[in-house]
Amino acid sequence: MKKRNLYVLELIIGIIIISIAGILINNLIINLIRTNMGLSYSWLMQPAGFAISEYLIPFKPSDNYSFALIVGWINSLRVIVFGLILSTFLGLFAGISMTSKNLILSNIAKLYIGLIRQVPLLIQLMFWYFVVFLGLSEKPHDFLWSLGNISNKGFQLLGIKLSVEYCALLIGLSVYSGASIAEVIRGGIKSVSQGQWEAFRSLGLTETIGLRRVIIPQALPAIVPGITSQYLNLAKNSTLAIAIGYADIYAISDTTITQTGRAIEGFSILLISFLLLNLVISKAMERVNTAVNHYKK
Amino acid sequence: MIKLYLTGLMSLTLMLSGCASLENDKRSRLDLIKTRDKLICGVSGKIPGFSFLKSDGSYQGIDIEICKALAAAFLGSPNKVQYRPLTAPERFTAIKTGEIDVLSRNTTFNLSRDSIGGNGLTFAPVVFYDGQGLMVKSNSKITRIEQLNDANICVGSGTTTEQNLNDAFEEKKINYKPIKYQDLNQVVAGYLQGRCKAMTSDRSQLAAARTGFKNPNRHIILNDVLSKEPLAPASIGGDQKLADAVRWVIYSLITAEELDINKANIDKKIKLATEDKSKTSLRRLLGIDPGLGQKIGLSDDFFVNIIKSTGNYGDIYNKHLGKDSNLPIPRGLNNLYSKDGLHIAPPMK
Repeated sequence: MKKRNLYVLELIIGIIIISIAGILINNLIINLIRTNMGLSYSWLMQPAGFAISEYLIPFKPSDNYSFALIVGWINSLRVIVFGLILSTFLGLFAGISMTSKNLILSNIAKLYIGLIRQVPLLIQLMFWYFVVFLGLSEKPHDFLWSLGNISNKGFQLLGIKLSVEYCALLIGLSVYSGASIAEVIRGGIKSVSQGQWEAFRSLGLTETIGLRRVIIPQALPAIVPGITSQYLNLAKNSTLAIAIGYADIYAISDTTITQTGRAIEGFSILLISFLLLNLVISKAMERVNTAVNHYKK
Repeated sequence: MIKLYLTGLMSLTLMLSGCASLENDKRSRLDLIKTRDKLICGVSGKIPGFSFLKSDGSYQGIDIEICKALAAAFLGSPNKVQYRPLTAPERFTAIKTGEIDVLSRNTTFNLSRDSIGGNGLTFAPVVFYDGQGLMVKSNSKITRIEQLNDANICVGSGTTTEQNLNDAFEEKKINYKPIKYQDLNQVVAGYLQGRCKAMTSDRSQLAAARTGFKNPNRHIILNDVLSKEPLAPASIGGDQKLADAVRWVIYSLITAEELDINKANIDKKIKLATEDKSKTSLRRLLGIDPGLGQKIGLSDDFFVNIIKSTGNYGDIYNKHLGKDSNLPIPRGLNNLYSKDGLHIAPPMK
């Protein structure tokens, strides 16, 4: 009796899902027929006709849409890759500080994590950009014996120029993800039994060496899966760039879609490319995970 | 199964679209407006200077004045209007389904919208020549687009804003860097914080945004116009009687400015024309000699009614968008043709 009820329920849910999907697909087909558009990707080869504020490979408005999207992707990857590195260091430092016996250090870390995790990322990005970076003076301010300078246009050090949009996004994302990573790392360290701490201390090892050689290796299997999901979040959150004027893949796609009217095609490219990126991150982290667990044995 | 569903849905769509065309009977909507004794006017209600809801609940702006002028001409009183606030996607459907009589909602006049194969509307003459413009800080001493070489320009993601910006700058071979944000508020913030030398949007929107600044008079809108956005009222296509009436009401406003007839001096003009039989064209226009009104299905004193209610085009402009408003948009293209603008009315005879 119970089993039959379950089947009925499954059947109903199945029918609902299929009909919703059916309605959506029908809608799409009917609208495509009505507007006489059909699916097409040939616009990718047409000239883009808009400029991009920053690029690593030279881009002109007469270049085609696909090239514009590639430029956007490089901009995204630039933020994501450095964001991953920066947030890992931040998280590692804050996470270890939380478990530290040094009261000042552990309280600062707690304050950082508490504050950052309560405020939505979009608001944090707006704060970094509109308040912190655009609040800088318009005249470049030299630092490090004139090796670099900073103004509300950008940051420059040893010939490397970064726009304020890039800086705000990178710092905003890293600080945000860093707080979550810190919590993951703290949890990992806490998962190692107290006996291990006492063991290395009785061997006469210093706190730093003990942490690095004894505690962290044992904590890693608990840390890596948590960090993986934070990395994936960071990659996805990078699309908030459009709110603070950074020309990432989403900002470029947005312009592309409004200009060509090809929303379905534009979004499909966006979806597939993010899927691929996150698969790459997941696979890489899977490798790390196996290595870490191997070490444990 | 899916195929059946698809055919069902398609035939339903066809049936409904068939209904819409059958509903159009031969009677003009102008007669309906007169029987109803009320004009239903579609407006935005959200754009300062064009149509904006005041704190006392009344609407104000140039789009509203157009509705009032139409009501004065059709029904004899500017108050016989019912305003229907509409969003951008709703506006064309509202006309097609007959929910509103006239659309007066800063709508760009273009081929697709004015054609049977497109949105199926009929446009009246342009009431405001808008266009994409650039706003800069007045202490930057920038007065021409050429001075923006290598500048950062703050731009919002919108219909074709970025493309227009690029077309204009490429054509003049000026280098620039677009800082693109998602909406106008962020564009304004970026511009005010000094990230960009200039910000771009439709000129009327720039002017409206400026009213919210701390020191509006420290910002100027450059005279260079990057794109054409002629805004015009519209009514349903295929109804010549209504379209004619709407068209000549707009032309009346412009004609009045050409002839320097306004709210204050219209009674004097009537007196003058009544006494002086040689002023034939003025007598016809003011309805002292009958004929003009009848031809467009209105009473002969329609011109007088319009001017008494709203004043001429220049008065309306100055009050809501020009020097007497808090937007101050220079008249530029919106001046009369005799003053290097684009507004001109064909002869009213």
